[in-house]
Amino acid sequence: MSLLGFIRKNLTRNKLRLCLNSFAIFIAFLLFGALGAIKNAFESGVEVAAADRLVVVNKISFTQPIPYAHINKIRSVEGVKHVTWANWFGGYYQDPRDQLITFAVDPETYFLVYDDIDVGPGELEAWQNDRQGIVIGEGIARAKGWQVGDRVPISSNIFSKKEDGSSTWEFNISGTFRPKNPQTGSNYALIHYKYFMETQIWGGDWVGYLPLTTKDPALNEPVIKAIDALFANSAAETKTSTEAQFNKAFLEQVGDIGFIIMSVVLSAFFTILLIVGNSMWQSIRERTNEIAVLKTLGFTAKKVFSLILAESFLLAFLGGLLGLLAAWALVRAITPLTQNFLPALVMGKGVFLGGLGFIVVLGFVTGIVPAWQAMKLNTIDALNRR
Amino acid sequence: MSLTHLFDIKNVAKRFTKANETITIFDKLNMHIAAEQFIAIMGPSGSGKTTLLNMLGGVDRPSDGEIIYEGLPVHTLSESALASWRAQNVGFIFQFYNLMSMLSAAQNVELPLLLKKLSKKERKKKIDAALALVNLENRANHKPAELSGGQQQRVAIARAIVSDPKLLLCDEPTGDLDRSTATEVLENLQLLNREFGKTIVMVTHDPAAAEFAKLQLHLDKGEFVEGKQAGSAA
Repeated sequence: MSLLGFIRKNLTRNKLRLCLNSFAIFIAFLLFGALGAIKNAFESGVEVAAADRLVVVNKISFTQPIPYAHINKIRSVEGVKHVTWANWFGGYYQDPRDQLITFAVDPETYFLVYDDIDVGPGELEAWQNDRQGIVIGEGIARAKGWQVGDRVPISSNIFSKKEDGSSTWEFNISGTFRPKNPQTGSNYALIHYKYFMETQIWGGDWVGYLPLTTKDPALNEPVIKAIDALFANSAAETKTSTEAQFNKAFLEQVGDIGFIIMSVVLSAFFTILLIVGNSMWQSIRERTNEIAVLKTLGFTAKKVFSLILAESFLLAFLGGLLGLLAAWALVRAITPLTQNFLPALVMGKGVFLGGLGFIVVLGFVTGIVPAWQAMKLNTIDALNRR
Repeated sequence: MSLTHLFDIKNVAKRFTKANETITIFDKLNMHIAAEQFIAIMGPSGSGKTTLLNMLGGVDRPSDGEIIYEGLPVHTLSESALASWRAQNVGFIFQFYNLMSMLSAAQNVELPLLLKKLSKKERKKKIDAALALVNLENRANHKPAELSGGQQQRVAIARAIVSDPKLLLCDEPTGDLDRSTATEVLENLQLLNREFGKTIVMVTHDPAAAEFAKLQLHLDKGEFVEGKQAGSAA
């Protein structure tokens, strides 16, 4: 029996208590891991935003359109590198519940601005040359089993066709794309803006929003000011922001996901802290006589302190690591089901390391008081208490 | 100080303060304990027997005076130095055995060895030897609850001697045992004193148990009132 073996024996002496404590910690870390992954998935847009990419939207709301004429004016702003434009299509495949996020974009400029997305060279040209072409994220291709060359009907839950009033367009799959950063989602599709505007019932010379890149991220601020100043007091004033700010603002429309999730996680942790801390304290109280005996055998107060604290850490690691492992398995299991709305759902290294940090904190906080009491225990009093 | 003395206790006082009242257990207690001695300390409850034993073992400190062990002023040592000194030199045996219920007999015996840098093989050798000495080698894997009172006390003796200390301090070691079992335990202690040269200080209420010691001392009101050089009862 080593010292670690002795700690393990102490920890496992009351199996019911060990099971209940481990289970409580397990649940807390399962929540931490799973909710942490969800939080990151929501916030991945902010994290992966390009430093030199800006987004121009209508100042009233990003749901309001911007005149097409703004594009060339923005191109002429000092410091602007590439400008593209896009419009929400709002797609689904066959069943409105089977959402397929689709944007109508300019095929010539879109991938100049989004140069962190890879499309096969041949596939990009094929798409640019086919007005009915569509490029889809590889996540969609995998989930639906679609291949280049397939013709697929995509419906809009907003727009209708001028031709027959139906809301279903047919597209030829020209290619698939994949982001260079795996944290970026690829669960969307891109169609030709021009084809969409010409065939949809409302038509018009407007766009939804304008992504652009600057020549240098250092120029972001002057470019933002210049663009918004350019359209100040016009019929369609603009609000320009960095892509990160835009994504963050978009998320905040839903609510402060991070705050909500962290509130749940911290509430769970606080509860677990009380339960496990009380249980550890109780466990040590029951062992005062044994601790006194250890001291008479020659265990120093520091050694006793270390043993109790190590027991607390062992308990935290036992439940915590199992909880994180279960969270990882759970996230992996549900990822295919959440591709449409949370494409970047992965339990990354950050969540795991954060979990390890919380395990250490939990072990320390729940063990420090009992360990201190054990260290300070008066041997004579404890032996006489029998 | 005589070099043949294992312990020299000089002018030791022990006072407690309870509810603003100072209670004196000893005042200027003097005694010498020779190496390889087997002393039984007897006396009424509250006479200070266990307090003296605890001070000898370094788990309690005198209010005044000196406790010298082989020239080392034990009373001046820090808590951690005292703990290390105990681990090297002292084995404790308690009335209620004080074994760890979740550990087997062998694991209980192993506890003091966890403080020493020994290989697993060396530890096993020492545990086996200690258990063999108390005739419990065939109970090594039994938990305390699976052992009789006498067997548990013999495990406690094995735990006390496994790291080969010179001094064994026994606090009513037979107080919870029937006569025949108590005799077995006392014979074990006698063997350790006689054959292995262990110095034993035993506190007991039981005159029959005291008969196993080489020297009986009677403590009353903080003073040794009489001493008796006893012959072995075995």
